[in-house]
Amino acid sequence: MTHSSKPKTERFAEEAINQLGWFGAHKFLLLRRLTQVAVFSLFAIGPALGLWLLKGNLSSSILLDTVPLSDPLVTLQVLASGHLPEASLLIGALVIALTYAIVGGRVFCSWVCPVNIITDTASWIRRKFKLPRINALPKNLRYYMLALVLLLPMVTGVTVWEWMNPVPIVYRAALFGAGSGLWVLAMILLLDTFVAERAWCSHLCPTGAMFSLIGKVSPIKVSATNAKDCNNCMDCFTVCPERQVLKPVLRKGATELTINDSDCTLCGRCIDVCAPRVFEYKNRFNTQNSKRIPLKVESN
Amino acid sequence: MSNSNRNPSKINGINRRQFLAQTAKTGCVVGMVGMGLTTVATQSKHLDPQAIRPPGALNEDDFLSACVRCGLCVEACPYDTLKLARWFEGAATGTPYFTARDVPCEMCDDIPCVKACPSGSLDHSLTDINDSKMGIAVLIDEKNCLNFKGLRCDVCYRVCPLIDEAITLEMQRNHKSGHHAMFLPTVHADACTGCGKCEHACVTEQAVIKVLPAEIALGKTAEHDTYQNTEATTLEMLNKGLSL
Repeated sequence: MTHSSKPKTERFAEEAINQLGWFGAHKFLLLRRLTQVAVFSLFAIGPALGLWLLKGNLSSSILLDTVPLSDPLVTLQVLASGHLPEASLLIGALVIALTYAIVGGRVFCSWVCPVNIITDTASWIRRKFKLPRINALPKNLRYYMLALVLLLPMVTGVTVWEWMNPVPIVYRAALFGAGSGLWVLAMILLLDTFVAERAWCSHLCPTGAMFSLIGKVSPIKVSATNAKDCNNCMDCFTVCPERQVLKPVLRKGATELTINDSDCTLCGRCIDVCAPRVFEYKNRFNTQNSKRIPLKVESN
Repeated sequence: MSNSNRNPSKINGINRRQFLAQTAKTGCVVGMVGMGLTTVATQSKHLDPQAIRPPGALNEDDFLSACVRCGLCVEACPYDTLKLARWFEGAATGTPYFTARDVPCEMCDDIPCVKACPSGSLDHSLTDINDSKMGIAVLIDEKNCLNFKGLRCDVCYRVCPLIDEAITLEMQRNHKSGHHAMFLPTVHADACTGCGKCEHACVTEQAVIKVLPAEIALGKTAEHDTYQNTEATTLEMLNKGLSL
C-alpha cells in the first residue's frame, strides 16, 4: 500500500518545507490550532475575565445571551432518553447542524474539537518513533458507536454517553475545574499511540460519525485539482487522518477529483505537506459546473 | 487488493467468511462498550447524598435523562454555589450540584440557574424560589445539637430564609434541670426548600443539621395506610360510638 514509484525523502514533508518554508508547509495546521484555541478562548474569557461572549460548553452554549448553540448528538441523546427539552436546546442543535451542513461536517473535528489536538499528537508521536501502522479497527465502527450512543438512552433512560464523552470533558476540565475526567483523554492518547493508528477520531468517535453524516450535503470539499502533478511521495497518505478518502482521487485515471467522502475532516494537512500543490479547498458545486461546460457545448 | 476486486465472490474486497467474522467482532466490541458504559452510568447514578441539585431539578432519573452537562446554570449562578460534578465524586459526571456546607443556595428571586437551563432538566415552570425542593434539611444529630443540650443556639432557625415556616423552635421542658426550657429547631419538610443555609451556618464542627435529597430525607406511609390523620380518625371512631 505504501509503495511509491519514486524514492521517498527521508524526512516527512521535507520537499514541501523546502519549497514553501516551514510556515507555508504548516499553514492549515497552524490555522486549525488557532481556531481551536480561539473557540476555546471565547468560552474561557467568560469565567476568566468576565467577558461573556459564549456561555456554557460544547454540549450546549449561548452566544451573546441570544443565540443558542448545542451539540446535535447530545440533543438526540436527550430526545432518545424520552425527555422533551426546552426549545432553546432544539433550536441550538438545529443552528449547529445547519452551520456544519454548510461549512463541512467534520470541520468540527479538525477545526474546533479539542480532542483533535490529542489525537494529532498521538499521530505525530507514531510518525517520530516510526511505530507500525496498525489499522485493526473497521472504519464503520464509529457508525455502530453512534447507533449505540443513541440506543443506550432508549434502554436505560439516561444519557449514558455523556459520562464518557471526551469532547465536553476537555471543556469542563478547563472551564469548570473538573479535571478528574481527563483520564479519558489520557486513555485516548495511549490508545491512538500504542494500540491502533487514529483509533479514536477516525474509527470510534460517535460525534465525528454524526458530523460526517451532517457533512454529506456540504458544498465545501478538498479537491485534488492538480492530481496530474502528483509525484507519489505519499506524504499526504502519511499525514491524512482518513487516508482512505485520498485513494479515489489519486488513483490512476481518476475522473472525480473532489474528495466527496464525508469522512474527510477538511483539515487541509494534505494541502500543507504536498510540494506539487495537488490539493486545494473547493466548492464542489463550482467544480461540477466547470465540468459541465463541455457537456453544454455538446448538447448545443 | 486488485486481485480481490476482480474476484466475483468478494464484495468490497472481503469474502463471506471475513464479512461474518468482522460483523461478529464489531458486534462484540460495540456490545462490550455498551455494557461497560451502562455499568458506569448506572453505578454513578447513586448520587452523593451531600450533593444537592439546583432549584427546579427534576427527580434524579429524569434529571439524568435531561441534563446535557453544559454548565450554563453554573455560569448563571451569581454566588459560586453550583459546581459541575467531577469523575470519581459520586454525582454523575458533569452534572450541576452544590454542597450546602460550603456554599448554600442564596435563593435568588429570579432563579437565574433555572432560566439558563436549555434542556429543562431544571424545570422552567418553577417561578417562585420558595416552591423549590432542592432537598430537605434534617436535624440529623440531636446529641450534639446545642439546643438539645439546653443552650440557646438557634443559628439554623435565624438564618433560615423561611424562618418560622421551614424551621420553627419548639419549646420543651428541660428534664435535666427540671425548671428550664429547651428550644428545639424543628424542620417542616413541606416548607423547606433545601437551600442549605442552616447546614452552612451550623456552629458545630460537623453540622448537626444537614440537607439531604428528598428521596433520602423523607419517609413515606404505605399506600394502604388510610389512618394518616390519627386525631381525626379517632374522633370519627368515637363519634360513631366505637370503643377504642
